[in-house]
Amino acid sequence: MKILEGLLYTKDHEWVRVEGNKAYIGISDYAQEAMGDIVYVELPELDEEFEQEDTLCAIESVKAANDIFLPIAGRVVEINEALEEEPEAVNEHPYENWIACVEMADQSQLKDLMNAGAYEEFIAEAEEE
Amino acid sequence: MENVKRTPLYELHEELGGKIVDFAGWALPIQYSGISQEHHAVRNQAGLFDVSHMGEVMVTGNEALAFAQYLVTNDVTTLSDTQILYGMMCNEAGGVVDDLLVYRLEEKRVLLVINASNVDKDFAWISEKAKAFDIKVENQSNQTAQLALQGPLGEEILQTLTDADLKKIAFFHCQEGVTIKGRECLVSRTGYTGEDGFEIYCKPEDATDLARDILEAGADRGLIPCGLGARDTLRFEACLPLYGNEFDDVITPLEAGFGFFVKLDIEDDFIGKDALKKQKEEGLTRRLVGFEMAKGISRHGYPVMDGDREVGFVTTGYKSPTLGKSIGFAIVEMAYTEMGSTFDIQVRKKLLPATVVSKRFYRKNYKK
Repeated sequence: MKILEGLLYTKDHEWVRVEGNKAYIGISDYAQEAMGDIVYVELPELDEEFEQEDTLCAIESVKAANDIFLPIAGRVVEINEALEEEPEAVNEHPYENWIACVEMADQSQLKDLMNAGAYEEFIAEAEEE
Repeated sequence: MENVKRTPLYELHEELGGKIVDFAGWALPIQYSGISQEHHAVRNQAGLFDVSHMGEVMVTGNEALAFAQYLVTNDVTTLSDTQILYGMMCNEAGGVVDDLLVYRLEEKRVLLVINASNVDKDFAWISEKAKAFDIKVENQSNQTAQLALQGPLGEEILQTLTDADLKKIAFFHCQEGVTIKGRECLVSRTGYTGEDGFEIYCKPEDATDLARDILEAGADRGLIPCGLGARDTLRFEACLPLYGNEFDDVITPLEAGFGFFVKLDIEDDFIGKDALKKQKEEGLTRRLVGFEMAKGISRHGYPVMDGDREVGFVTTGYKSPTLGKSIGFAIVEMAYTEMGSTFDIQVRKKLLPATVVSKRFYRKNYKK
């Protein structure tokens, strides 16, 4: 299982890549593995505004729908429309295929997220249980 | 996973990389290599499933057949020895206690195969109803392991391991005492995938070695181990119902569209017959339909809407691995059951349009 340095992670296994005031959101390798074959990505709408911890969108695997949570408040400024045609790309390259990008409302919320090392520990602990 | 039962194949599932989940109180693999891959293997080559969690109830005695006839909605008197039929056990109101296979092994020995999630409830039900009959009922679920070898190459693979001529086991027939690499099994040409294949009942202590032998025999023909995920997508495409989805104790087999397995016109009585007859005479108020969606994927329990009025619910929904389309079953008010009828499915916050289509999404590929 791959964990990429330089990204921030949530306990729900989303990742965040910060670029200035923008945050790109995707799901981790652990998450795509757990979901199994992804068959549909329901993207958020452009300009839609979200509070921290809101459901941003959903990723559907063969088996079930999985909610994707937005760890920071913000407004959607980009969506990865390529995933509508090729949802399986998230399985193949979870860290390259971001889902949406938000303009952050409050950057201080980033402090609630884990770095790669902390996320690795978090997964190891979860696996032990 | 605590307080979860393990089938005899548990260690093998772990060894093969199965992703283990709690299903009806059993630790079973939802998948090994991936649901889509496993699904396609069964449609095109073969897949092996551990279905040891299924329940087996043996009915023996002078009135074994008469009892089965009273218990089940289908006509058991049509069976000859070694023949099998599918039907439901209904309650007095016509709701479904469970659906099951009835094996007429002999005139005085009938095997009932029931759902894992219902074993305790079913056995209590069967035992209670058995009191009026000259029979003995025995729950053999814990002394029986079961494998399902499904797919067009299943027969060819299994034939390499036994001297019994599998061609002689016809569709929905079985043979006892089939020796598979020295292990005695009950083999039936049945399944839950819409493909040709076999269900193999054996002793728990034989199950792991039997599974290994079958997987080895089929490896170069594309046989792979399959989990519960693919089992559900396969049965769904083939329009095979799942208890708890398409029907349950308050949804009748007629509402679920499986009236073919309910023989109201024969003389013999069965539990629920009066209620179902009445329902048929008065006309249904809701019925199961198949539907297709251009966008989004429906799931079990999603509401079916007409504007802001709820007119039904989704019983099963998937993006079909075989057809590549978003399809589902829903139980809806009669006004929405015509082919081409439209309604919306509530998918999270959105209402997404759906159109009624034939629920036979996939033409069954049985060898009859």
